[in-house]
Amino acid sequence: MNNFQFVLIALLSPLAQGIIKKIKALMQGRVGAPLLQPYYDLARLFRKDMVIPRTASWIFHAAPYVVFASVLTASMLVPVVSTGGAGLFGIGDIIAIIYTLALGRFFLALGGLDAGTAFGGEGSSREMTVAILVEPSMMLAIFTAAVASGSTNIGKVAGPGSVFFSPAHVLALAAFFVAIIAETGRIPVDNPDTHLELTMIHEGMLLEYSGKYLAMMEWAHYMKQMLLFTLAADLFFPYGISGAGFGIAAAVGFWAGKMLILCFGMAFVESTRAKMRFFQLPSLLGAAFVLSALSMITFIMTGK
Amino acid sequence: METDRPETASSRITGKLSSACYLLYAAGCLFTGILSLRDLLLGYSWYISLPLSGVLTLSFRGGGLSAYFVIILSLLGFCVSVYSAGYARHSRSPWPALLLYGIFVSSMCAVFYSANIPAFLISWETMSLSSYFLVVSDAKNIEASRAGLLYGVMTHIGTAFIIAAFMVMFFATGSLEFSAIRAGLGSAGELRSVIFVLALIGFGTKAGVIPLHTWLPKAHPAAPSNVSALMSGIMIKSGIYGIILVSFDILGAGAGQPAAPLWWGVAALSAGAVSSVMGIMHALMERDIKRLLAYSSVENVGIILLGIGASMIFSFNNLPVFAGLALAAALYHVFNHAIFKGLLFMGAGSAVHATGTKNMEEMGGLVKRMPWTGLFFLIGSVAICALPPFNGFMSEWLTFQSLIVGIKTAAVLTKTFMLLSGAALALTGALAASSFVKAFGISFLGVSRSGKAAGAKESPFSMLAGMGVLSVFCLLAGIFPGYMLRLISDISLPALGGLLQFAPNGFVVSGVSSSGVLPMAVLGTMLAGAAFVFIFPLVAGGRKKSICADPWDCGIRRLTPRMQYTATAFTHPLRRIFKKIYKPRKEVRIEYIVKPFFTREIEYRSEITPLAETYFYRPLTRALHDIAHFARRLQSGNLQLYLGYILGTLVVLLVVWG
Repeated sequence: MNNFQFVLIALLSPLAQGIIKKIKALMQGRVGAPLLQPYYDLARLFRKDMVIPRTASWIFHAAPYVVFASVLTASMLVPVVSTGGAGLFGIGDIIAIIYTLALGRFFLALGGLDAGTAFGGEGSSREMTVAILVEPSMMLAIFTAAVASGSTNIGKVAGPGSVFFSPAHVLALAAFFVAIIAETGRIPVDNPDTHLELTMIHEGMLLEYSGKYLAMMEWAHYMKQMLLFTLAADLFFPYGISGAGFGIAAAVGFWAGKMLILCFGMAFVESTRAKMRFFQLPSLLGAAFVLSALSMITFIMTGK
Repeated sequence: METDRPETASSRITGKLSSACYLLYAAGCLFTGILSLRDLLLGYSWYISLPLSGVLTLSFRGGGLSAYFVIILSLLGFCVSVYSAGYARHSRSPWPALLLYGIFVSSMCAVFYSANIPAFLISWETMSLSSYFLVVSDAKNIEASRAGLLYGVMTHIGTAFIIAAFMVMFFATGSLEFSAIRAGLGSAGELRSVIFVLALIGFGTKAGVIPLHTWLPKAHPAAPSNVSALMSGIMIKSGIYGIILVSFDILGAGAGQPAAPLWWGVAALSAGAVSSVMGIMHALMERDIKRLLAYSSVENVGIILLGIGASMIFSFNNLPVFAGLALAAALYHVFNHAIFKGLLFMGAGSAVHATGTKNMEEMGGLVKRMPWTGLFFLIGSVAICALPPFNGFMSEWLTFQSLIVGIKTAAVLTKTFMLLSGAALALTGALAASSFVKAFGISFLGVSRSGKAAGAKESPFSMLAGMGVLSVFCLLAGIFPGYMLRLISDISLPALGGLLQFAPNGFVVSGVSSSGVLPMAVLGTMLAGAAFVFIFPLVAGGRKKSICADPWDCGIRRLTPRMQYTATAFTHPLRRIFKKIYKPRKEVRIEYIVKPFFTREIEYRSEITPLAETYFYRPLTRALHDIAHFARRLQSGNLQLYLGYILGTLVVLLVVWG
């Protein structure tokens, strides 16, 4: 049973995307698309014909599979509602999760470069740049949670008896939240709703993809978003997860609640911020790094 | 660069013969490798002593650490030799290179087996000289001769420090044998630190630790690609071997607190952090595919040093389990880097051979023309970026773990320092991913950027075979980390004593920080995930038809290869963001037909400032030059003045000793 928690992420991640879009629409005074629109989109894309660029090689075809499979694998390593077994076969290591996601990003960027168009290259270049700026702060934030509970195994971090509320954790959460914004390509880092050539990052890499492949890439993107939300929940407020004195039903409720809060937070940030110019990003992501370094130093100084 | 020439009967025979010789080398490597593997697994240790004259005895010892490094050398040497059989087939005169190659490989083997100072120094010098001659083997290439000169100078500065370290050892103990020195050095407190610093500088020069790395990104690309693979794969590891030999084996770091002061570990850790971040930052900016790989070697040596430094710090803090973990991570990474860097250099060599250029911006689209080379280069790239399920991931994961448990050390300084080094490693990982997306994406993907790239042909079978074997090992060493760690735990070093708890295909870090990964399961679920998403649309009634069309061109009718992102464009954002570090210089020259609307020609030149050269070596050489300039005044050419010097010297000597 514990090995199949990922199904929740796989199946509900388009819903989370729908919820964020709905909240954004409501905040902007629009009715917005139905909550289930991402499902309709995926279903339609999966059934459509594909247009393959003439210039593409086999990498173009392999990339969607690797991207999807790596995100799916990473979501198998995360305890969603129960720490029993702590992810797949009891092996839920946070560093492994981050690097499995990085494998997906690697192939996503290669997919962008393969067709030999300027937009794909632009998207890949920017995606890798943002990753470079985000990775250290994300890792340090994770380190804080890991050293506080004495393990990088996320099952232990989220499990019974773990410490998850301290000044260090608050700072780390702030850094991690910025990292999620950057990793999921949301405003102010990237605008998920635009196809304006000069600003797109994620969409730039996907520009040549269509049909089934596009559906796989989009689904993987939704899953990655919800996976990172779940990771934030596990690292920084694991209260209510099954295995720490809660039943499965209650744990599912708690998880859904946390996801809603994070969706709302994401929609709020997106609605109230303007997208930053690309070369202003270092100041935002640099601030995230300072926060995470501070959280680490706070932890070392206070010992909790 | 080797140039192809029309085949004649005699040249065909020469080619066949030299290929056969390389295959013989491969067989020799295989044999040595198997013997060393046996030594290591069964715990054999052999000792040979060759008395050359009354005072000079060369002695060699097998087993343990030596065997581990020889196994790596043999595996890489085997694959590179098989590769060379195809690579050198069209060479004009293969014999000098063939001979030097053999000397180079066997001298490296001798370095790892050396058991006393003369044997070590003679093998070391043979290795340096043979690799020097291989770098400059193309007589027409001015760049290669310059790189060779720099390499020769730097490597001998390094050797000078190594000799100094050995001299201190000899004068302290009166022995030339490593085993006797180990026993005799027991109480020599301050002297040990002197030896450590001399060895760190001397071996660090060979390993390419920043700021002693300057020769590396010049010499490695200048050599023929099969030699580059060996130089980056294993020769720089002889520096790492030297550091481990001197500090862990001879000086006994890892055997608890008094053996190694805290600052040893801190010094190694800082050198590692600086080398890894700065090395990969320079790699990222390279357009030359082989220089990119060479800079990435600097980075990986840095990662290895992170493990070594962490191990020393843990050992000082009396945490033997973690010291073992960190050293095992470093040794594991030594193996991994040898495998994938050798693979990448061979892949790059094939691409360079096929296109006739080292500039990635003149390649492009090679994966369609050289599918196997492309696949192998991709596997090497994924492995070097530490992405699961390949081998780089496992050793970097272990390094991460050993840096995180730095929280268990006593001092606040080491805690902070080790965890920030972990952040540096994360940054390194992201930078490496970007570098290799660029390296593979720009040179192998997209549309051919030049006529030569468009006409590239796949490499012959032996070259592919050499790369293929290493690719398989990249995967095997990634999904069976337990076996690798078994091998490492058989090296009987005191620092490794605290290790290990392992499963055959996974690894669990025991002790305070308990976590584990199961790369096999990651691979399995990934395959399952890919299979699912392949089958799902078929079941869900998706259509299978796909149409080929031109990529989106904004309606300008046709895209040209020049409109693709270039290597320079790919890294432009970072050059701008980190301009404080790179200090990029940009030069744009435009020739107009009618100003300012119609241009005839635009020339764009962009360069970054190499930090070590500008801020370390240039002031140093300038200072030396100034001193020499000052000293020149003594040499006026005036005979009376020289007689005066003699008189003055005599007077001084009489006063001092009279």
